[in-house]
Amino acid sequence: MDKKGKAVGKQQRSKQIVWVNMLYVLVSLAVILLLWRIVSTPGMKSAKVFASPAAVLEAFLAKVKTGKIWEHLGYSIGRVLVGFLLAFVAAVPFAFLMGWYEPFRRFFQPWISFLKCIPPLAFIPLVIVGAGVGENAKVIVIFIAAFLVMVITIYGGVVNVDNTLIKAARVLDSSDSTIFFKVVVPASTPYIFTAIRLGLSSSLTTLIAAELTGAQVGLGQMIQEASNYFNMDVVLMGIILIGLVGITFEKIVTFFEKRLTAWQEVRQK
Amino acid sequence: MAGGEAKMSQSKVLLKGVKKIYQGASGEVVALNGIDLEIKNNEFVCVVGPSGCGKSTLLNILAGLDKQTEGEVLVEGKPVNGPSGERGVVFQQYALFPWLTVRKNIAYGLHNKKLPKEEIDKLVEKYVHMVALEDFLDSYPKELSGGMKQRVALARAYAMNPSLLLMDEPFGALDAQTRAQLQADLLELWEEENKTCFFITHDVEEAVLLAQRVIVMSARPGRINKIVDVDIPYPRTQKTRLSARFTELKNDIWATVYNEYLE
Repeated sequence: MDKKGKAVGKQQRSKQIVWVNMLYVLVSLAVILLLWRIVSTPGMKSAKVFASPAAVLEAFLAKVKTGKIWEHLGYSIGRVLVGFLLAFVAAVPFAFLMGWYEPFRRFFQPWISFLKCIPPLAFIPLVIVGAGVGENAKVIVIFIAAFLVMVITIYGGVVNVDNTLIKAARVLDSSDSTIFFKVVVPASTPYIFTAIRLGLSSSLTTLIAAELTGAQVGLGQMIQEASNYFNMDVVLMGIILIGLVGITFEKIVTFFEKRLTAWQEVRQK
Repeated sequence: MAGGEAKMSQSKVLLKGVKKIYQGASGEVVALNGIDLEIKNNEFVCVVGPSGCGKSTLLNILAGLDKQTEGEVLVEGKPVNGPSGERGVVFQQYALFPWLTVRKNIAYGLHNKKLPKEEIDKLVEKYVHMVALEDFLDSYPKELSGGMKQRVALARAYAMNPSLLLMDEPFGALDAQTRAQLQADLLELWEEENKTCFFITHDVEEAVLLAQRVIVMSARPGRINKIVDVDIPYPRTQKTRLSARFTELKNDIWATVYNEYLE
């Protein structure tokens, strides 16, 4: 009975928290919209840069009507996901091998350090010569960007696995493979999620930059084309969409992260 | 000859001329030198000594987590060759798997032993009851206090049914009250379950309260300085601390461990 009462109280409190959060989001949205409205008032100097919210909405609806916007979004998101997923599938075993096998680490670590300093966009000319200007080129560039950041992050997690836990597992009759799958992998999951987050955001930024330098379709291409005609409403709309795509990725990752790493001891804010 | 054999079968742990050298950054470090020790079956032995005396190294060697450079390490007459569930270890930092519930932490080693599910469930029930944490079976370690975590770690080690229990300052991170409670729990367990205990501590009082024999080590190189028989009968309780004999033994050992500070 008492436990039930507590649970109800908890539910009510969490409901309250949801409302407070909503309120904050609404207030900050309203303030930013108001500011945006002000700087986009016709006649103001800043109006040259900032199309009004209404104009941006109109530009969006116009592209929705032709269906063009879904094509841009679909291509961009598709490229990001394909490049990111390939990079993820490659980065996880790669990072674990680096953490687990000394020769592998020694061979690859200097190259990873070397490559991570180079902006992935610098590879574009090479990639275009090698893979043409089609979809493959973009996926390859995203792959490079996401792979490097994810390998570095996951590797950091694998080598940071608490040695006491490994010792504890060993004295509890664990084989090497049990230690790997039952201790090292779960202990690294928080880092894997950080890697996914970093990998997705660097995939997205790299992709847009790649599309800006040349593509037939995609959010980056849409922005580039609009800027040629000085259509600042479309440019702004594209920027907002990229941000929304990024936030959506983030929310999806957080959703899974909360379920899979709830065991973590986190500092209460 | 026959007498010697009888003695052999009685001894649980036999260390002969154990030496451990580490390759440090500034050359060789002798962590242990000339360690000879016999621990009898069901005996409770505490090891005290200043930091750097190699007591944890000795425990790691007994656990099979580390290998001696020279000498013989026999447990039940057989040389130690790698870690085994036969020799349970309780660590100071609890070392619970944070992603597993209390139930699954205790069951972890039992799964590795490939026991049938019903038997695992039975053993988990038994040992979680032993440490009085039935209400927390499905809690994660982050939801437990330090004392509760260490009780889970004890249950996890006991569930493996080891014949030798190695403990590396298990209560070192706990507050005085929790520590007293866990000392009482451990004494009770030891009297019930008859396991040989090798217990490291830097707390001389704790050593005298728990052990039948206190092994005093000294540092650089780590060696056995003195072995003190604690002739206080069991069952011992916190009241034992108040007896004259307890104080006498405690002072004697303290002076041996920390004599550099007395001069």
